[in-house]
Amino acid sequence: MVVTFTVNGTPRTADVPADMPLLWVLRDVLDLKGTKFGCGIAQCGACTVHLNGAATRACQIPASAVQGQQVTTIEGLSTDATHPLQRAWQELDVPQCGYCQAGQLMQAADLLSKHPNPTDADIDAAMVGNLCRCATYQRIREGIKRAAVLKREGTKR
Amino acid sequence: MTDRRTFLRVTSLAGGGLLIGTLIDLDGTGALWAAAPAPGSTTPFTPNAFIRITPEGAITIVAKNPETGQGIKTMLPMLIAEELDVEWKTITIEQAPLDEARYGRQFEGGSTATPTQWEPLRRAGAVGRQLLLAAAAQTWMVPVTECTTEPGVVVHAASKRRLTYGALATTAATLPVPDPASVPLKDPKSFRIIGRATPNIDNAKIVRGAPIFAIDVTVPGMLHAVYEKAPVFGAKVARANVDEVKNAPGVKQVFVLEGGTALNGLMPGVAILADTTWHAQAARRRLRVSWAAHPTAAQSSADFAAQAESLLEGKPARVLRADGDVSAAFARAAKVVEARYEYPFIAHATMEPQTCTARFADGRMEIWAPSQTPENGRQLVATTLGLAPAAITVHQVRGGGGFGRRLNNDYMVEAAAIAKQAGVPVKLTWSREDDIRHDFYRPAGWHGLRGALDADGRIIGWSDHFVTFGEGERFAPSAGIQPTEFPAHFIPNFSLGSSVIPLGVPTGALRAPTSNAIAFVFQSFIDELAHAAGKDPLAMRRQLLQQIQKPEGGAMPAGAMDPSRMLGVLDLVAEKSGWGTRTLPKGSGMGIGFHFSHRGYFAEVAEVRVSPSGDLRVVKVWAAGDVGSTIINPSGALQQVQGSVLDGIGEALKQEITIDAGRVVQANFNDFELLRINQAPPVEVHFRTTEFPPTGMGEPALPPVIPAITNAIFAATGKRVRSLPLSRHDLRWA
Repeated sequence: MVVTFTVNGTPRTADVPADMPLLWVLRDVLDLKGTKFGCGIAQCGACTVHLNGAATRACQIPASAVQGQQVTTIEGLSTDATHPLQRAWQELDVPQCGYCQAGQLMQAADLLSKHPNPTDADIDAAMVGNLCRCATYQRIREGIKRAAVLKREGTKR
Repeated sequence: MTDRRTFLRVTSLAGGGLLIGTLIDLDGTGALWAAAPAPGSTTPFTPNAFIRITPEGAITIVAKNPETGQGIKTMLPMLIAEELDVEWKTITIEQAPLDEARYGRQFEGGSTATPTQWEPLRRAGAVGRQLLLAAAAQTWMVPVTECTTEPGVVVHAASKRRLTYGALATTAATLPVPDPASVPLKDPKSFRIIGRATPNIDNAKIVRGAPIFAIDVTVPGMLHAVYEKAPVFGAKVARANVDEVKNAPGVKQVFVLEGGTALNGLMPGVAILADTTWHAQAARRRLRVSWAAHPTAAQSSADFAAQAESLLEGKPARVLRADGDVSAAFARAAKVVEARYEYPFIAHATMEPQTCTARFADGRMEIWAPSQTPENGRQLVATTLGLAPAAITVHQVRGGGGFGRRLNNDYMVEAAAIAKQAGVPVKLTWSREDDIRHDFYRPAGWHGLRGALDADGRIIGWSDHFVTFGEGERFAPSAGIQPTEFPAHFIPNFSLGSSVIPLGVPTGALRAPTSNAIAFVFQSFIDELAHAAGKDPLAMRRQLLQQIQKPEGGAMPAGAMDPSRMLGVLDLVAEKSGWGTRTLPKGSGMGIGFHFSHRGYFAEVAEVRVSPSGDLRVVKVWAAGDVGSTIINPSGALQQVQGSVLDGIGEALKQEITIDAGRVVQANFNDFELLRINQAPPVEVHFRTTEFPPTGMGEPALPPVIPAITNAIFAATGKRVRSLPLSRHDLRWA
């Protein structure tokens, strides 16, 4: 089927099987490779994107379900890697292998949009579906808190 | 002191500029420099070099080893940049292709990069700095001793003259190369880069989702491949509905690869090539394969356990070590403690499933691989496909996690074989199920332990019957044990023997191989002995480390554990964790463990809380490490220690691979569970710096945390954990 939807603010069209997961539409058809394949069964969160603003596992969304919808991927989190989370991640040197981090960042962005000042418990609850095999969890917590500060400072300016 | 020899050469870049290479002969067996650029070469970027400086002032440093998250692509260039004396933020770091003739060994394993590269790569940088100093002295006609450097600039203070490295590069390239063995190295007090927390140089790409991983590689005209192998390792394809699958949407080719019998080679299977990964995955669901009967199809974890139980009733088949008189020690012991320990197979489960891209054209193979041992991969591809190694190019691509999984190159030979057969470029992407079910597992193992205590509570005798996998005198990969492993050398009457069970399941190194299991067993059993002796677990360990049994002549074997360094980290972690000074309520407890591996000394304390109904929470871990004189990149070092500790906690909590009917039962993250953020305690890390050369950080912090947790569980509940994972244990105490 031909699917038309908005990706990172730009209308895109893909002629794909209706059951092709959004993950593979993004990676193999639209050449947006920031969204990662980890498990295919919504257990790891590596493929997290925003569907109409909410963090969603792209491996579970068939192409047929994104017709006319708004999708944001890591490539669209900011235009120039200046989202407070992207800045905090670099400042605190969060990534190790880095493979899960696109998903972590998209999930964390969803959290920060709802909780501008999250506690450790808020963070653990929001991020529990995002695996990091390198276990960068301590810095992910610190990174989210740092981003919350950067976001507030940015708003004040 | 080093017996390594370092070879350096300097060549002019076409159009001016300076290029410095070094080659390290780790074995000291002879000159290895092979690939000098042809005289008059017109290629300015000949990659047999670690440093490139153009007359325009662009400085490039080449990172030689594979990067899978251990931070080596940042750390090794720090060593060069320090001694070259450049501004870190102004340089470009470039990943080397595989070319061991130019770069020396290029691999990731055994936490070896730091100890082997610490001196040679600093010398490579220092040679560059010396040449730039000499070029400036010649230009200004002043003694070289009057010249100094600031980052990227040579300075003559007396005349206030300055020249950038770029301005000096062309002259420097004409000068005689100083002997790298005698170039002065910086006083560590003047380090500007080494010792400074330096973020991973690929962070900017990672946070914006740039396509830098192996799974992101795109080659024009490539197809996407999946590869179905037998659930019983190595079973051949008897029949497959290849023609039917060919008709599936988007599918371009389907074929059988015969494969061989080696567990680490090309296994038999069916390849499906399609327009997208999804088309190939969807078509795979239509694939029906009859697998030929296979001799290991009857193997199971239950049967292995039964065999181990039976073997433990008898004597070890082999004696690996025998010191003193063990029988006499047990005969005169005031107390004897006996226990059996066991641990399961576990998988690596790198976050990025195995993936590799290959293109075969005009008799040449080109491969993009996240391998930890790319040269081994090249050799495997050459042997399997009948190609000359020189006809195979391997590009090193960032891997999404390694942990030892990518020491094996099965996915590389699969991609290459599929590409060769298909005649088009191919990206092979494994599913998570492929990854969990076709790993090189940390082997399971069993230990029958006996310990003898004298009336003062000293350990006077120790015997271990280790049941593991292998055949005859050969252990399965990573299933052996070093006869020097602690507490060998510290107990006067000591015996270690082994018996083996044949295995049809691939095994291999998992982060801190052998140590990740042995530390759990030995450090838990030492705790049992401490409690039997009525001693504090820390005091028991301190006493044991002080009763070293030196061999006749007094010298310990090279590479042996230095007990004074272990005592140092043990005391440090005790101090930082408040060991023995805190009173915890019932259900809470602290445990301690230490382990020496990969030249690194780590002691760790865990605090756990077990609810009356048996729910376990690791509250906090304190880690103290001694990896020598210098923490090269404090940010990366902290990541590696915290990551290793949490990795160990994840393994201990729930991880287990079960074999049934010759195949792996688990398949994905729902039944092979990795640690999640809500289970990850804070890990407080302390380093004790000592005068020894720095050593690696990727592994040695992992092993001690597992016994620290099991010992803490005993302190909290009185329940002794003698098998893993912890999820199999009933920890209720109320």
